[in-house]
Amino acid sequence: MNNRRSKFLAAPYALWAAGFILIPLGMIFYYGFTARKGGFTLDNITAIAEPGNMKALILSLILSLISTIICFILAYPLAWILANMKFGKGSFVIIIFILPMWMNFLLRTLAWQSLLEKNGVINTILSFFHLPALKIINTPYAIVLGMVYNFLPFMVLPIYNALEKIDDNIINAAKDLGANRMQTFSRIIFPLSIPGVISGITMVFVPALTTFVISDLLGGGKILLIGNIIEKEFTQDGNWNSGSGLSFVLMIFIIISMILTAKYDTSKEESAP
Amino acid sequence: MPNKLIDLVNISKSFNHTMVLDDFNLYIRENEFLTLLGPSGCGKTTTLRIIGGFETPDAGHVIFRDEDITNLPPNKRPLNTVFQKYALFSHMTIAENIAFGLKIKKKSKSYINDKIKYALKLVNLEGYDNRRPDSLSGGQQQRIAIARAIVNEPKVLLLDEPLGALDLKLRQDMQYELIRLKNELGITFIYVTHDQEEALTMSDTIVVMNQGYIQQIGTPEDIYNEPENAFVADFIGDSNIIPGIMIEDRLVEILGARFPCVDTGFGHNKPVDVVIRPEDVDLVKPEEGTISGVVTHLIFKGVHYEMEVMANGFEWLVHSTDMVPVGTRVGISIVPFDIQIMNKPESEDEEAAGVNE
Repeated sequence: MNNRRSKFLAAPYALWAAGFILIPLGMIFYYGFTARKGGFTLDNITAIAEPGNMKALILSLILSLISTIICFILAYPLAWILANMKFGKGSFVIIIFILPMWMNFLLRTLAWQSLLEKNGVINTILSFFHLPALKIINTPYAIVLGMVYNFLPFMVLPIYNALEKIDDNIINAAKDLGANRMQTFSRIIFPLSIPGVISGITMVFVPALTTFVISDLLGGGKILLIGNIIEKEFTQDGNWNSGSGLSFVLMIFIIISMILTAKYDTSKEESAP
Repeated sequence: MPNKLIDLVNISKSFNHTMVLDDFNLYIRENEFLTLLGPSGCGKTTTLRIIGGFETPDAGHVIFRDEDITNLPPNKRPLNTVFQKYALFSHMTIAENIAFGLKIKKKSKSYINDKIKYALKLVNLEGYDNRRPDSLSGGQQQRIAIARAIVNEPKVLLLDEPLGALDLKLRQDMQYELIRLKNELGITFIYVTHDQEEALTMSDTIVVMNQGYIQQIGTPEDIYNEPENAFVADFIGDSNIIPGIMIEDRLVEILGARFPCVDTGFGHNKPVDVVIRPEDVDLVKPEEGTISGVVTHLIFKGVHYEMEVMANGFEWLVHSTDMVPVGTRVGISIVPFDIQIMNKPESEDEEAAGVNE
C-alpha cells in the first residue's frame, strides 16, 4: 500500500523525465543518425573529423580542462578556509560568495565583456596609471577567465561540503597517531574530500565544454568552440541532423571524461568484502 | 607506591570566558586504570584533551615523566587516544586503519603486518583486515579504534567515553574486554565517562569531578562506601541524603531520632549531611526500628525490590530482596557502620569546589 503510494508520487517526475529527458535524447539519437533527406547515415557523426569541427572540439577540451584546473586550484584552499571557519561564519561567507550567481549568467558575462574591452573599464584604469593596456578580449584567455569566473562557485560548494563533513575527531585521530599537518592533509583530509572534488570537476568541466555564450561574448565570435558550432548548425544553418550528430559525439566525450574522473574516486569502493 | 607518570599541575582552562578547569591538580601513576567521572560539563573531557594535546591549558603544566609536554603537539606525545565515536578512517580498510600510525613512523612492512595480526587477535577480530569500517558494527568499530591506538605501543591510552554509543549488553562485555586488554598490555589507561557503573567496574582509581573541581579521588570501594560529600554520594549510585545533627562522636540525630554511628571528630551539635545507601536500610517490625513509617511505593527491579518508605517526614529509598507490600507499617533500622557522615558545604561555591574543612 505504502509502496504503491510512493510509486504514485514518483509519477510527475516520471512524466517529466520521459517528456524532457528521454524523448529529446531519443530525438538527438534519431536526427544524429539520419541524413537530411532521410535514411540512415554516419555522416553526421564522422563530421567531427572535419578540420573546423575537430579544431573546435580540441580547443573546447583544452580550454575547459584549463578552466577546471584553475577552478580547482582556486577553490580547494578557499573551501578549506571556509570549512575551518567558526560555526556559522563559513556559511555567511559562502552566501556572499554565491551572491553573484543570483544574477543572470548572460549579464555577468556581458559585464566581463565591458570590463575587458579595448576601451573598457580595466584599460581605462590602467591607462590612467600609465600602465600597458590589457589585450585579452577576443582571445582564449578571456574565454578561460569567463569560464573560471562563472563556474568557480560550482567547484567551491561541493568541496566545501565534503570538507565540512569531516569530523574533527578524524583529524585529531590522525594527529594522535603521529601524523603531522602535511601527512594529515595528504592521507586523511584530501582523500576524504575526493567525492566533493569529483562533483566539482563534473560541475565545471561539463558546462565549460558545452558553453557557447562565453566564447561568443568574450571570444568576439572569432573563436569557435564546439558549442558554437553545434549552436550554429541548429540556429543558423537549420541543420538538425548535423547538430545532433555533433552533440552526440560531445556527449560521448563527456561520458568518457566522467568515467576517467570516477576512476580516481576510491571512496565509493564497495564496503563489504 | 608506583611512580607518577603524568602530573597535571595548576591547570586552568576556560572557553568563551567560562571557567572549565580552575587550578586543577592531578597525577596519574604508572600502570593505573584511572577514570575521570562526572556529569557533562564537569571538565573531564577537557582534562583528557589537555593530556592528549588537543587543547592547550591557559595556565599550568602537563608533566610526563619529569618532562614538560604542555606545548607538545599531539603527534609528538607518547600516548594515544580512543575517541568517542570511533573516528575510524572511512576511506581505508581495517588493516590500513591499524597500520596508519606505524606507516607514519616508517616501520618495516613485516613489522606492520605482524602488528596488525597481533592487534586484531587482541581485540578478537581476526580476519577483518580487508573490511571497511562502515561494514562493522559499533562494538567492532570501537575495538578497531582501540587496536589502531595500541599498535603504537603508547605509554598511556586515553579513552573518551568509548562505550557511550554502544547498547547496554555490549557495553558490559566491552568493560570486561577493556580490563583484560589493560592487564595484557600493562599500560596506563585514562578513561572518561559519565557512567558510574563503568567507572566502578573497571577502575583502579576514580576521580569524581563536578564543575571543574575534583570532588573525591579514591578506589571504587572508597568512592561508593565513603563518599566525601553529598555530590559524590548522589552521583554514585542511589542514596538517601538526609540533613542531620552530629550530637557527639558516634551519635547522630536524623529526622528527630538518634542513630549510633562510627564517625568521630565532627564536634558537638554540628549540622551535617548523612548518607545512607538504600541497600543499607533494614526494614524491621515497627516496634523494633529506630523510627517507623509506611511503605508508599514498590517496584520490582529484578535482583531486588525498590521501595519508598515515608518515615518522620522523609521519603526513604530502600532496596531489599524481601518484598513489603504498599501500606505496611515498618520500622527502619540501620547498622552504625552503614551511616556515612559528611560536612555540610557552607556556600554553593564551596559545594562545587568540594571543600571539606
